[in-house]
Amino acid sequence: MLRVRNVWWIGALAALVLFPLIETNPTYTSIGIFTLIFMGCATSWNMFSGYSGYINLGSAVSYGVGAYTLTLLADHLHVPGNGDLFWLIPVGGFAAMIVAVPVGLVALRVRRHTFVVITIAIFFVFQLSATNFSFTGGTSGLQLPLIPWLETNYNKPFYYAALAITVFAALLSFAVRRSRFGLQLLAIRDDEDRAAGLGVKVFAVKLTGFTMSAFAVGMGGALYAVFLGQIYPQFVFDPIFDISIALMSIFGGLGTLTGPLLGALVLESMQQYLTIRFSNGSLYLIIFGALFLIVVLFMPQGIVVYLSDWRSRRSARRAEGARVVVGEAS
Amino acid sequence: MTTLLSVDRISKAFGGLQALNECSLSVEKGSITGLIGPNGSGKTTLFNVITGYEKPDSGSVTFEEADITRVGPSRVFALGVGRTFQITRIFSRITVLENMLVATQRDEGWLRGLTRSKSSKSELAAAMEWLDFVGIDRLASQPAGSLSFGQRKLLELAYVLVADPDVILLDEPAGGVNLTLINEIADKIQSLNKGGKTFLIVEHNMEFVMNLCDRVTVMHQGTDLVSGTPSEIRNDPRVLDAYLGGSDDDDVEEAS
Ligand SMILES: Nc1ncnc2c1ncn2[C@@H]1O[C@H](COP(=O)(O)OP(=O)(O)O)[C@@H](O)[C@H]1O
Ligand SMILES: [Mg+2]
Repeated sequence: MLRVRNVWWIGALAALVLFPLIETNPTYTSIGIFTLIFMGCATSWNMFSGYSGYINLGSAVSYGVGAYTLTLLADHLHVPGNGDLFWLIPVGGFAAMIVAVPVGLVALRVRRHTFVVITIAIFFVFQLSATNFSFTGGTSGLQLPLIPWLETNYNKPFYYAALAITVFAALLSFAVRRSRFGLQLLAIRDDEDRAAGLGVKVFAVKLTGFTMSAFAVGMGGALYAVFLGQIYPQFVFDPIFDISIALMSIFGGLGTLTGPLLGALVLESMQQYLTIRFSNGSLYLIIFGALFLIVVLFMPQGIVVYLSDWRSRRSARRAEGARVVVGEAS
Repeated sequence: MTTLLSVDRISKAFGGLQALNECSLSVEKGSITGLIGPNGSGKTTLFNVITGYEKPDSGSVTFEEADITRVGPSRVFALGVGRTFQITRIFSRITVLENMLVATQRDEGWLRGLTRSKSSKSELAAAMEWLDFVGIDRLASQPAGSLSFGQRKLLELAYVLVADPDVILLDEPAGGVNLTLINEIADKIQSLNKGGKTFLIVEHNMEFVMNLCDRVTVMHQGTDLVSGTPSEIRNDPRVLDAYLGGSDDDDVEEAS
């Protein structure tokens, strides 16, 4: 019953589970944490934007809301600096969903480029508010209670929490793709008005997808806050985040299940590694940009689609070859 | 016979252009009704108003005694009015079968879609049955974008049918299609009509309309000019005038 595809999934998951047990250097497990956060966020973003074609360039709103919700709640509830903080991560996700409802009600009334522009505008409203309101700590940011864990094991809980978010996002994305709801999102991507004329309640479907995708992104932001122990508006409401998430998904394959996972894995781990290795903050941008251009120019549908097309072309060629041989024999 | 769908003095202007001007029409249950008229006379606009894609300035649309004048497209479809588009519209990046499945539940709550799979066994069977009916079942697993022009027309017809609407509006089903396929489409319509389906058909191919339709309404400059049986229409001098007067679209008139 074990199909080749499933073996791949199990192998990848096993590798991710084993990684911090084998690699204990905190520098590298940190890279693992950031990479997994991006894998989860990109997968969740793709579950709406990739499936429906509504490219949301304001996903940092969900990320920031998750981060601030956790930080403010920890302060408010006097949560001590220990594993209890982790319980607030899903709360950050829910807060991001609640915020996504009014945002979606506004942004989803328009389509295509206008939608993209509106999501960017809304993002800047949030960034500005976080910088200027006093309850957010303004530009000096907010501190979380210190977690007194030993350095050697400090990263492990964060790593597995990030892995849990990624697995959750991937399972949800998979379930959505198989559901009727997911089919409706794809129909909206291809021709929204036609879908409406076939009984699809397009606005409700879009708003639901938009809101659902905020959950894992909010959790990602919340986890990020706990991991760093402090947050600043410019780091959690970061326009680079908005763009990275979209680029990672496009790089891997927009609207596919594995694309965002692969895109985030490659791009984020590479970026983190190059930044540390060469202690040059902008080198990665050049490599990142060049790699991205290559993919967009030569594999416009992303790596995953390119590879699967290549495989089906190859098997088609083989079948063709077999036919020729048979033809000669007869 | 009872009236299934009726349009009462609908007007619709685009800026200064009066696309529909007090246009009325009725479609009897179980009939095949034709809607003809020169280019630009407002036939497609009337379809858009009926199916909720355009809001009229005045007038009303009634379907099975319910007022559907300003009801949106998904609701109109849920109530049982299906349509095809003059320029065929399919979902090109999903498979032919998935195209069919989009339409299988015309009146399901949106939340239900989250908790159920893409299709039940019976929906799948119905989808395949209708694909078989229009003769493209062997393409079920192909991406719809790879279909030819004619196959797209058939797919659009099939996915409107799978939802089992009471009345189907076809906008130029024979437009740009070869003769064999035209006859095939006419046969399908006829056999569906025998099974009780009602049709409202916009078509330029006169032979197609005259052979198929029980009644025909002629539109001219946004208004219904005359209605009658095909032979009445054929012999009505006003109809000839409307067509000989050239196209209602000014630019087309200049071109010809
Ligand atoms: N969305 C629109 N905006 C502006 N003008 C339109 C629009 N839709 C149709 N028209 C105009 O309304 C008139 C009727 O068009 P249409 O209903 O497509 O005619 P038909 O289908 O009978 O050829 C035409 O002059 C057309 O240019
Ligand atoms: Mg038309």
